[in-house]
Amino acid sequence: MNRIDERFDELKRHGKKALIPFITAGDPDVEYTMNAVRALESAGADIIELGIPYSDPLADGPVIQASSQRALKKGMNLDIAFDMVQNLRLNTSIPLVFLIYYNCIYQYGLEKFIEQCGKAGVDGAIVPDLPYEERQALKPFLDDAPVYFISMVAPTSAQRIKEIASSAKGFLYCVSSLGVTGERQAFGSNIDAFMEKVNLYSAVPTALGFGISEPQHMRRLGHLADGLIVGSALVRRIEQGASDRDIYEFMRGLRMALDECMEQTMEDNR
Amino acid sequence: MNKGRFGRFGGQYVPETLMNALDELERAYNEAMADSSFTEELNYYLDKYVGRPTPLYFAKRLTEYLGGGKVYLKREDLNHTGAHKINNALGQGLLARRMGKVVPVTSGTATLKDATNEAIRDWVSNVEHTHYIIGSVVGPHPYPTMVRDFQRIIGDETRRQVIQAERRLPDHIIACVGGGSNSMGMFYPFVDDNTVKLYGVEAAGLGLDTDKHAATISKGNVGVLHGMMTYLLQDKYGQIQPVYSISAGLDYPGVGPEHAHLHDIGRVHYTSVTDNEAMEAFEMLSRMEGIIPALESAHAVAYAVKLVPQTSKDDIIVINISGRGDKDVQSIARLKGVNIDE
Ligand SMILES: Cc1ncc(COP(=O)(O)O)c(C=O)c1O
Repeated sequence: MNRIDERFDELKRHGKKALIPFITAGDPDVEYTMNAVRALESAGADIIELGIPYSDPLADGPVIQASSQRALKKGMNLDIAFDMVQNLRLNTSIPLVFLIYYNCIYQYGLEKFIEQCGKAGVDGAIVPDLPYEERQALKPFLDDAPVYFISMVAPTSAQRIKEIASSAKGFLYCVSSLGVTGERQAFGSNIDAFMEKVNLYSAVPTALGFGISEPQHMRRLGHLADGLIVGSALVRRIEQGASDRDIYEFMRGLRMALDECMEQTMEDNR
Repeated sequence: MNKGRFGRFGGQYVPETLMNALDELERAYNEAMADSSFTEELNYYLDKYVGRPTPLYFAKRLTEYLGGGKVYLKREDLNHTGAHKINNALGQGLLARRMGKVVPVTSGTATLKDATNEAIRDWVSNVEHTHYIIGSVVGPHPYPTMVRDFQRIIGDETRRQVIQAERRLPDHIIACVGGGSNSMGMFYPFVDDNTVKLYGVEAAGLGLDTDKHAATISKGNVGVLHGMMTYLLQDKYGQIQPVYSISAGLDYPGVGPEHAHLHDIGRVHYTSVTDNEAMEAFEMLSRMEGIIPALESAHAVAYAVKLVPQTSKDDIIVINISGRGDKDVQSIARLKGVNIDE
């Protein structure tokens, strides 16, 4: 069984939501990333997204773009990322998911990529520029792959939601709002209707991302999905030189807010 | 296979947020092109505003100088605004108005690659109310097809004009390739005419054996950028490499997917010329014919300088002069060490 499925099953049994942080692999270097992964896990993260740096990340805002550039300058690449995961796997079984642009997979070779994910212990791949139609062409390779290619839906997906959501594996990545990655102040009311529709059709747990950055957002959005994804807010702290301790504290704050919000919802439902 | 493919190239590799907008654009575009009120309006502005048709000029002195076949110049430099780009800008502008969308203005300082990244990022944020004009035959479907259709007027006119002048089709057609719009527009109406040899000229910059060039088809390999699968200049991990050309319009690490396909099937011969060859051709045409080509177009002229002497007297050669070179005069003077400060 894929670690992502296991983790969501376990969370469900405990009535909890997934907290999913994102960091760029190799920013500022591999050792830092490995320590950050441990800090995030001990602070209560459930799944960790590792961004594979790319020269042209067109779904990303300035914070993650800059992070990608820093990692590339340090010589980060996909082979090193696989080695890093293999090392991490000596001590952890937390689900690990790559955020990777399609060209990086294409150059590496899809079959080799899938095989390496299996060997190293990568459980999922989010490919922001591989929409449903283009993914269909790869289906023969993906169907029995050890790594899940995570599907995405957006507020503009409309009639596409049903097809995408019902065929998703692992979890469904729900883009909270229009635009690229980056911290947002607030979230509009249409997000509730969007998530209601997504939850109706999704074959797998849902995770909401893009813009989520503060404990207050955990309380506002926690009840809408099975998990929340936090990227730029964390990457910005890393850019500012956050220590393991800082990363731990930040994640801990989010964890507590998310758990509180769930306890509140359970009370309300009683 | 999915939509918008030229052989194995093209496609729609974009964030999910844009997928419905691309669909909507494709539908609106097909409806517009089937609607005579749209095409009549487009033709009206092409005629009265852009100044089409542009002439096909028999370059007598150039022909004598090169000593081979008859050389004609397709004068896209005579368009209003001085280049072929207006054909597409006008078409997409009218389409955006018909769709009730605004066209945002982006700054023109970045390289074409970075500007395209930023345009796509901005579009993801404002997708509901905006249309993005992509300036070349690149990007996700339907852009490569749409831009080609708005540019094919170059080839359609050339075909009529050559037949009128010579009672037959040309033997060789040469155009420069950046993203590939002027060349695609020129080539497209001739693709099924197998006697017509087509040449796409890329920027070899300081030379193909250096890392300072933009010869995507000549030196690149297949990958995905800006929503399309095509040839790219990249490293083994898929990181897009910096490109260089003396001419900003050819300075792009990718190429339109239809070109990638025409290369694969061997229909178009892709080649390249260096900065120096283009600069020489720039001066040569300026002196010989009093026509200053854009540095981009000078790449096509430079290849003609190599090709034409090998052709026979009865051959007919067409060079697409995609734009005028007034914009380049200062940078060339600077490169030659001429002081033009006032
Ligand atoms: C005059 C001229 N020719 C050619 C090009 C190259 O573009 P394309 O290959 O799309 O025609 C440009 C681009 O800026 C240009 O300005």
